[in-house]
Amino acid sequence: MAESIQIKMRLNGVEGSYRVEPRLHLVDFLRDQLELKTARVSCEHGVCGACTVRLDGEIIRGCLYLAVQADGHDIETIDGVSDTGELRELQRAFHDKNAAQCGFCTPGMLLTAAALLREKPNATREQVREYISGNYCRCTGYHAIVDAVCEVLEQQRQPRALRA
Amino acid sequence: MKAPSFDYIRPGSVDEVLELLAAHGDDARILAGGQTLMATLNMRLSEPELLIDINAIESLKGIELRQGALWIGAMARHSQVEDSPLVAEHAPMLAQAAPHVAHRAIRNQGTFGGSIAFADPAAEWPACIVALDAVLHLAGRQGVRKVPAVEFFLDLYTTELAGDEVLLGCEIPVLVPGRAQAFQELARRHGDYAIVGVAAAANLRGGVFHDMRLVFLGMDNTPARALDVEQWLEGKAPDEQVLAQARQLLNDVLQPSADLYNSAATKMHLAGVLMGRVLRQLAETA
Repeated sequence: MAESIQIKMRLNGVEGSYRVEPRLHLVDFLRDQLELKTARVSCEHGVCGACTVRLDGEIIRGCLYLAVQADGHDIETIDGVSDTGELRELQRAFHDKNAAQCGFCTPGMLLTAAALLREKPNATREQVREYISGNYCRCTGYHAIVDAVCEVLEQQRQPRALRA
Repeated sequence: MKAPSFDYIRPGSVDEVLELLAAHGDDARILAGGQTLMATLNMRLSEPELLIDINAIESLKGIELRQGALWIGAMARHSQVEDSPLVAEHAPMLAQAAPHVAHRAIRNQGTFGGSIAFADPAAEWPACIVALDAVLHLAGRQGVRKVPAVEFFLDLYTTELAGDEVLLGCEIPVLVPGRAQAFQELARRHGDYAIVGVAAAANLRGGVFHDMRLVFLGMDNTPARALDVEQWLEGKAPDEQVLAQARQLLNDVLQPSADLYNSAATKMHLAGVLMGRVLRQLAETA
């Protein structure tokens, strides 16, 4: 058994110090060691996107990243990002369009959609589909999800004064 | 599944990595972006005793102009290549290819150098750097050696990079006026491994092609350069008759094997379709 290693990371804005085994994935660390269950474990080889979290502000796969690698970095899960209010409009649109369905893929979908809103504010519906193609919804509720993301994109493009 | 147990070390310099590789030999693996390695560890296709994490080595990062060439550090993330204004200006083929590399969350972590060193036959960057006449810089304990991309890929997942060497980065000649670059790829779903792709570059002077590069991915164990087609296209105008003849010739040049979903004949057909598209794209861009 390899020796466990002491790491420091900022998790959802809070500095912390942890001991982790080198082979522990970030997503398993979050779920099993810290009981933060919002990032999901599903395919465990980077295909499904359910384990999406943020590393230094950018979305990554929590199953293709070791907890030990997060030493000195900023990690955010949907819990922390949601608390900042950044996802408010997306969450409302997901709710309105019934885009959450069973909810398993929703944290990954929301973090991916938030990255899209920031990186591609002028995205077309086709580009939205392409961008979220790395996040699987096994309810196959993609239409509702794409509708919700497109609605928020549309709102963002309105002049501020016209927004509801 | 979960990865087997291993030790982990995060050195701060290339020299330290070279010492570790010399000391541990085949028991050690370099962890770059890890977007392939972590998956193979999780599936236990790979069981190293030591992971050498090179993510903290500053000298391997960054995209910049160096002595008139575009330099892409081995640890540049796919998303940095995708977003870089320098890449868009000096190697637009890479900017076109980047969105085909998996998905954004994977591109944020996966690296340019990792993809090249791993040499997956369906990966985008190996074919691109061959088409761009790029040169790779490999560091060993004896110093740095420079290997042209066209000589780097030896066989399936096998390259010139020795087990005790580290890929530092890639030097790419900048795009010159009159030359155009293009990239096309087909996959079953966006972000899947390519069925076939092609990276191309050419000059178009006086309405005819010069100095063509046509490099296919997913068609062989290594990036497949269609040398006979490149030479045949020299001095030819990009009209429909030429494109049809080039496609005929391509059938004699590439011998793809079937993959899980596509027969060899399907792949060959798709390669011909994509070649037509890149040649038209080059003619429109140049």
